[in-house]
Amino acid sequence: MTMEKPGLIESATFSRDVIHEIQRAAETGIYDIRGFGAKRKVPHFDDLLFLGASMSRYPLEGYREKCGTDVTLGTRFAKNPIKLDIPVTIAGMSFGALSANAKEALGRGANMVGTSTTTGDGGMTPEERKTSKTLVYQYLPSRYGMNPDDLRKADAIEVVLGQGAKPGGGGMLLGQKITDRVAQMRNLPKGIDQRSACRHPDWTGPDDLAIKILELREITDWKVPIYIKVGATRTYYDVKLAVKAGADVIVVDGMQGGTAATQDVFIEHVGIPTMAAIPQAVRALQEMDMHRKVQLIVSGGIRSGADVAKAMALGADAVAIGTAALVALGCNHPKWDEEYRKIGSAAGFYDDYHEGKCPAGISTQDTELASRLNPEEAGRRLANYLHVLTMEAQTLARACGKSHLHNLEPEDLVALNVEAAAMAGVPLAGTDWIPGRSGY
Amino acid sequence: MEFDLKTHSVREVNQALHDLPKDQETEVVVNGISGDHNIAVGMDQPAKITLNGHVGYFCAGMNKEAEIVINGNAGQGLAENMMSGKVHVKGNASQSAAATAHGGLLVVDGDAAARCGISMKGVNIVVKGSVGHMSAFMGQSGCLVVCGDAGEALGDSLYEAHLYVKGTVASLGADCIEKEMRPEHVEELSALLKEAGCDDDPHDFTRYGSARQLYTFKVDNASAY
Amino acid sequence: MCGIVGLYLKNSALESQLGKLFEPMIIAMTGRGPDSAGFAIYGDEVSEDMIKLTLQHEDEHYPWHDLASLLEETFGTSVSVLHNANAAVLKLAAEEEPVRKVIEEFDSSIRIMSVGRSIEILKEVGLPENIAERFNLAGMKGTHIVGHTRMATESGVTMEGSHPFSTGMDLCLVHNGSLSNHNRLREELEHKGIHFETENDSEVAAGYLTWRLREGASVEEALQGAIEDLDGFFTFTVGTKDGFAVVRDPIACKPAVMAETDDYVAMASEYHALSTLPGIENAKLWEPDPGKVYFWGKG
Repeated sequence: MTMEKPGLIESATFSRDVIHEIQRAAETGIYDIRGFGAKRKVPHFDDLLFLGASMSRYPLEGYREKCGTDVTLGTRFAKNPIKLDIPVTIAGMSFGALSANAKEALGRGANMVGTSTTTGDGGMTPEERKTSKTLVYQYLPSRYGMNPDDLRKADAIEVVLGQGAKPGGGGMLLGQKITDRVAQMRNLPKGIDQRSACRHPDWTGPDDLAIKILELREITDWKVPIYIKVGATRTYYDVKLAVKAGADVIVVDGMQGGTAATQDVFIEHVGIPTMAAIPQAVRALQEMDMHRKVQLIVSGGIRSGADVAKAMALGADAVAIGTAALVALGCNHPKWDEEYRKIGSAAGFYDDYHEGKCPAGISTQDTELASRLNPEEAGRRLANYLHVLTMEAQTLARACGKSHLHNLEPEDLVALNVEAAAMAGVPLAGTDWIPGRSGY
Repeated sequence: MEFDLKTHSVREVNQALHDLPKDQETEVVVNGISGDHNIAVGMDQPAKITLNGHVGYFCAGMNKEAEIVINGNAGQGLAENMMSGKVHVKGNASQSAAATAHGGLLVVDGDAAARCGISMKGVNIVVKGSVGHMSAFMGQSGCLVVCGDAGEALGDSLYEAHLYVKGTVASLGADCIEKEMRPEHVEELSALLKEAGCDDDPHDFTRYGSARQLYTFKVDNASAY
Repeated sequence: MCGIVGLYLKNSALESQLGKLFEPMIIAMTGRGPDSAGFAIYGDEVSEDMIKLTLQHEDEHYPWHDLASLLEETFGTSVSVLHNANAAVLKLAAEEEPVRKVIEEFDSSIRIMSVGRSIEILKEVGLPENIAERFNLAGMKGTHIVGHTRMATESGVTMEGSHPFSTGMDLCLVHNGSLSNHNRLREELEHKGIHFETENDSEVAAGYLTWRLREGASVEEALQGAIEDLDGFFTFTVGTKDGFAVVRDPIACKPAVMAETDDYVAMASEYHALSTLPGIENAKLWEPDPGKVYFWGKG
């Protein structure tokens, strides 16, 4: 264990972090609420490696031989499916949780590379609709700001049943962030804690959801795709039920997925890792002969082009990023280190999104702080980052001899350790052993 | 304009309704309804729509502008997320009537089941009969008027919605309390009763509202969380 | 998650049309349950010294008469056999337990769907429409019937996971919802000698009722107990020899609507399923209150 000096041994059970948390709980009487995603180490895409081409296969030549990245979402029922240039989308994040400038920057960045952004709990702002070329409108339990006019303006509707950071829980926006505008959008008094419901108010269960989805289709005259988003837990069953309930697209958000504000205990202790969820989702779709027909978007801890390529190799049609997109905008940037320290954090560690004091002007409603984020510059940074993710994914796909990212397969992957091999359903590197499937 | 759901599909009827002009009031009658779901959802026109028969789930969902009369009972989620206009059901309404509705008026001549006005965000609801449990749960704004009785946990986690009940209340939810009827409340209630065609005396009603103790976290309220 | 339908005839003149009246009801619930469907029909009651068993086998052409001959030999009584698709209804003068034992020993791949003097349970994987046709539901007579269409939640789509579940002599259960404490409850019930075939939560609810009834509880007491002991969401309909019972969990998450006329009492998850019944326009319609046990039937 970490030693202050020889002879002083830190407990693995009661580490300094644990002791700090017990003391904090004893002082305040409230659970720790924070933003960001899970911080504990869980098996992740880093534990997988690609098998590049060698003798048995031909790689494609970078830059010269095309490696396609486009994806079409919502081909099952919608008259107007969504066509994206890259398979990396921006996950739902609300105005309220984020500043208007941050929302605008997300829209600008996504537009530049031809992908979509998503609203969040709190509704659609006119600025957001204006800046995002392709906008997915979230339909959430709270229905804050839910408006049929905006619904008809959306390019797709995402029915949110849960998210990876807190499957089975509702959202929270603490009083500090409820400004006049946020309060007005949510029909709530200014400055009070806003607790979002964990269940939708007018249906329970997939049998009723099937009817709800038909309602949304009727309202929008069957034009736009309807996504169903679930936090990854009992993914195999949830995906099957989403298909039965009539989804065009299923979004599975793993436990590393971020949030604006939730109990720490929820973030760290509920849900399954993203890598473990994908094979379950794909198996469910394959058994129903719906893989690639109902598209699968995967999110939760996607950081690099390698993560994108690995998620797609395991069977995702696209991925969504949230936390990584905020980091690209400037969240946790070292240039604000001094300011982070003033509020008890540090660059690289900041997770108190719920407090609304974000020095980078992203997770805040404070006009002075928000003005620090230049939406054009931040949008450019996001676009750069999305380009890098795409090029990295293409690099890996070409190395595996693929002329389109969609042709990546689980067979292109191996695992570095037994845990990852079992979860991802790919062989342990250098063997043909998949724990739980082949051999014992 | 007249439709019969024995010969037209719900899709055809809704598309025809959505294609109505926005600048004139059209009268529409739909017959042959037998529990069909999602009838007259997403209206954005000042039409007067009469639905003959019992309707299924989410009838008049997200209504704007239209005046919809249902000669029968209504299933789950009647007039959910209504924005404006009026929905009048002559029979009973199932669970979650006017859930999350932002505006307009819902009148239920019979009873409304559980969760009537759940997360209401500005709608006015007048129920001539009784309402089920958890009604006005997390009600944010607007009024719920109940001429009969209210079930368990009325107004649980209530925000700023105004609740008026003439009969008995089985129990009040967390943070919901009885409040004084001041003249402005009598006035508000009188207007709603009149608009809904009720001749009940507003003075016979009791007002309930939020105690506002759960608006910001206090450790002493932990049992309510 | 699922659709539930039930029909109890007050007017005996309609008994010859029970299946015909019921068929559109169960088909109307296809959207709520596209995976499998089934029904328990009551009628054609055998005399007090006899029992009626509904058996099922994967093989459509199963030689049921071989089993009947063995039963005749063993119990010294005549056995009547009515073969219907992959099911067979056998009637004989004997006690339940020894008959079960003989069948089990004869061929363990035979499934005993129901035992009673009146009940017959027929169920199968597939769309309600196909199942109704397969068993010729429209041609069936009887006094009352409960049915179910299933959208599988956390267990496989199989015949064994289909509803109704038999819960004892002339009793069955159908469920809409999902239970959240069924795994531990299954273990407890297994210790009490209740046998389970699936991972299905509804089967645990059925096993719970079987146990309570075996312990001497009335159907009403058993259902009251279910409200206490089962966690999660449920609307249950329980078929009994004389009618049926309906109960919704205290939160009342899952829907139920009832209709009553001089001729019948009917229940369904959605009104839509009741709309084809005669005289429904003037029926008394209501939703059962949460946490309350309702009964319809003789006696």
